[in-house]
Amino acid sequence: MEVGQMQRRLIEYTKSLFMEGILDDQFLQLQQLQDESNPDFVVEVVSLFFQDAEKLLNDITRALDQQSVDFPKVDAHVHQLKGSSASVGAQRVKNGCIAFRNFCEEQNVDGSLRCLQQIKQEYYHVKNKLEALFRLEQQIVAAGGSVPMMELSF
Amino acid sequence: MESCNCIEPQWPADELLMKYQYISDFFIALAYFSIPLELIYFVKKSAVFPYRWVLVQFGAFIVLCGATHLINLWTFTMHSRTVAIVMTTAKVLTAVVSCATALMLVHIIPDLLSVKTRELFLKNKAAELDREMGLIRTQEETGRHVRMLTHEIRSTLDRHTILKTTLVELGRTLALEECALWMPTRTGLELQLSYTLRQQNPVGYTVPIHLPVINQVFSSNRAVKISPNCPVARIRPLAGKYIPGEVVAVRVPLLHLSNFQINDWPELSTKRYALMVLMLPSDSARQWHVHELELVEVVADQVAVALSHAAILEESMRARDLLIEQNVALDLARREAETAIRARNDFLAVMNHEMRTPMHAIIALSSLLQETELTPEQRLMVETILKSSNLLATLINDVLDLSRLEDGSLQLDIGTFNLHSVFKEVLNLIKPVASVKKLSVTLNLAQDLPVYAVGDEKRLMQTMLNVVGNAVKFSKEGSISIIAFVAKSESLRDSRAPDFFPMPSDNHFYLRVQVKDSGSGINPQEIPKLFTKFSQSQSSATRNSGGSGLGLAICKRFVNLMEGHIWLESDGLAKGCTATFIVKLGIPERSNESKLPFTPKVPANHGQTNFSGLKVLVMDDNGVSRMVTKGLLEHLGCDVSTVSSSEECLHVVSHEHQVVFLDVCMPGIDGFELAVTIREKFAKRHEKPLIVALTGNTDKVTKENCMRVGINGVIQKPISVDKMRSILSELLEHRVLYEAL
Repeated sequence: MEVGQMQRRLIEYTKSLFMEGILDDQFLQLQQLQDESNPDFVVEVVSLFFQDAEKLLNDITRALDQQSVDFPKVDAHVHQLKGSSASVGAQRVKNGCIAFRNFCEEQNVDGSLRCLQQIKQEYYHVKNKLEALFRLEQQIVAAGGSVPMMELSF
Repeated sequence: MESCNCIEPQWPADELLMKYQYISDFFIALAYFSIPLELIYFVKKSAVFPYRWVLVQFGAFIVLCGATHLINLWTFTMHSRTVAIVMTTAKVLTAVVSCATALMLVHIIPDLLSVKTRELFLKNKAAELDREMGLIRTQEETGRHVRMLTHEIRSTLDRHTILKTTLVELGRTLALEECALWMPTRTGLELQLSYTLRQQNPVGYTVPIHLPVINQVFSSNRAVKISPNCPVARIRPLAGKYIPGEVVAVRVPLLHLSNFQINDWPELSTKRYALMVLMLPSDSARQWHVHELELVEVVADQVAVALSHAAILEESMRARDLLIEQNVALDLARREAETAIRARNDFLAVMNHEMRTPMHAIIALSSLLQETELTPEQRLMVETILKSSNLLATLINDVLDLSRLEDGSLQLDIGTFNLHSVFKEVLNLIKPVASVKKLSVTLNLAQDLPVYAVGDEKRLMQTMLNVVGNAVKFSKEGSISIIAFVAKSESLRDSRAPDFFPMPSDNHFYLRVQVKDSGSGINPQEIPKLFTKFSQSQSSATRNSGGSGLGLAICKRFVNLMEGHIWLESDGLAKGCTATFIVKLGIPERSNESKLPFTPKVPANHGQTNFSGLKVLVMDDNGVSRMVTKGLLEHLGCDVSTVSSSEECLHVVSHEHQVVFLDVCMPGIDGFELAVTIREKFAKRHEKPLIVALTGNTDKVTKENCMRVGINGVIQKPISVDKMRSILSELLEHRVLYEAL
């Protein structure tokens, strides 16, 4: 597949992610920060986000498994996750965290568990999507092309 | 001849007689036998004959008589006994029958006679019916004529055609010699011959309207026979030599629209009639028949109606023509007015430029001249020149402004501005002038007066300058006080402004400014005139103060554009004056982040895009956030250090860091405490870094807390590149940044 086609495919793919609400403007902001002095900025941030998120999700799962759930702690974790996801533009994860915090305030274990499931789902979803995106980008770069910048025109 | 002795036979003389008798009897018998045959024959031929059996009887009688006579033939000579018997029988029978017949005829003949009478009667009747039918046919024809006439008359709405047609058709129908119509003149005192049948252009005969014959005709709605010698009938020279034909006249009511009531037939309360005169041909011995008179009457009525319709139509046509004329005139007037306005605008536009250019030259050069070395007289002259040219420039501007205001082409430049600073500027501008006159000026701004407002700053200032300037101008001594506050609903309804119903709403507030001076005051009677253009108050004291008289007019226009009201009050001459105006201003929106108004005079500086070398410290416990913020700042060229806890922060922070970004919504770490500690760490003012709080919260409490601890700015996450850029520029310029949360 030649470069132009791949670039178009990339743009379409990215657009679809925005349309579905998986990513939001913040992701574009990240892309804007990428330049010659910082060529892998986005990949680095996203990778950090993945690590952070996985750790936090594990912590939350363990905390909810306890007999008596320490809600403030869970809340703290969720707060962190919310911050991270907001920073990379993972919109659905962030929204899930906001909902989770409500359940934490109510100290609702069942609700929290359900919410956690949902957040996990969203997280893996966005992870897959972003990984696919990065693969596309690598292919383009390998083929000698440049990664096209998204424009906020939709 | 002597009689011979011979015995003369009796027979030869009697034989001759006998012969004659014999022949007569024969013929009688013949006749008697043929009469019944004829009778039978003709009766059979005729259809109706009521007395058949009488006929039989009569026939029998005749036959028997004939038989008798026939049998008589044999009795001349010697005849036998049988013959005698037959003869006797016949005679007897004949006698019987004839007697019977005679008796019968007594009954029959009266009947036959009465038949005859009836026949006569029927004949008469038939003749009468014929006559009547002739009459009816005539009437029907007349009716047809009337319908046709009416149709002809009503088929047109033109008055002349109606009348002409009437005369023509009447003349034709009734075979008239002459038919004429006399119309009343305008004065109503005379009848004028207007239309005739035979003559083309009747010469204007007139007859006075109050002739007895005319009155007679007018008083009844029937056609009246008049004498051929009366003036209305003497229209044409006598054609025949002998007897002029009979003349009939009928009135034709001239109806007005008002005569047609809704329910009734037109009331003939109208006084105006026309006279129609109809003349039968002379020497014709014709007479007016009743049906002809009726025809004439009907036609006269129809003509009346047709004429009224024509009159209505004429009236409406005239009205329409008038309207068209007026329309055309109005259109013309409008176009002229538009042309005039355009001409004036063009003139003003040209003159504006043409007048201002030399004015600027004069003012500029006079100012320059003032700067040079001048003798006192020269200086005085130059000052006078400058003052006069300034006045002239103001006048030109005022005139231009006013004309644009009048056009409605002036629009306010709405923008957000600092209300307090407008007042301060006005004060600053007016203070020198006031101090020269030894007047004290005080400004009093209410506590709840918003600092920022949305409106036309320039024109508000112009208005205030004008009002305050007037206060200064017309005061020789004393003080001037300016009070500004937010007008509440109760105070908005002012008795002096009864038409002013301001409605404060969430987005707007009403600014009320009162300027009170202790100057020469105004005569209360003059107050209404103050706001009219070019009018100056009459008192000589104010005359000399100059001014074109346009200032207040312009102020009023501006205030009106700002949906407000302006008025002046004075207790009288030399008792000072209070000028008050209320204008509607908008409240600036809170969520509008792109407008970061601080001081309006300082233009927003987007210029600084490269903050290279700016040392900043970012504290955020969330690794991802930290990385993003760092990337952001590095993209802008800053030198970024990052820490993830307060201890680390306190450890790392140094005087080299110019800005410290703190995330204040971290649970467990009190960002505010941290900020306080950081500030305390640097005693010297110039070493204190700018502290900016980053928060995901949007409430006011956070902002207040930040302000309390001395944090220099609060920003809401997420932050875009552009936002960070503008934030940094603002921060570095003003050292404080509180965006509307």
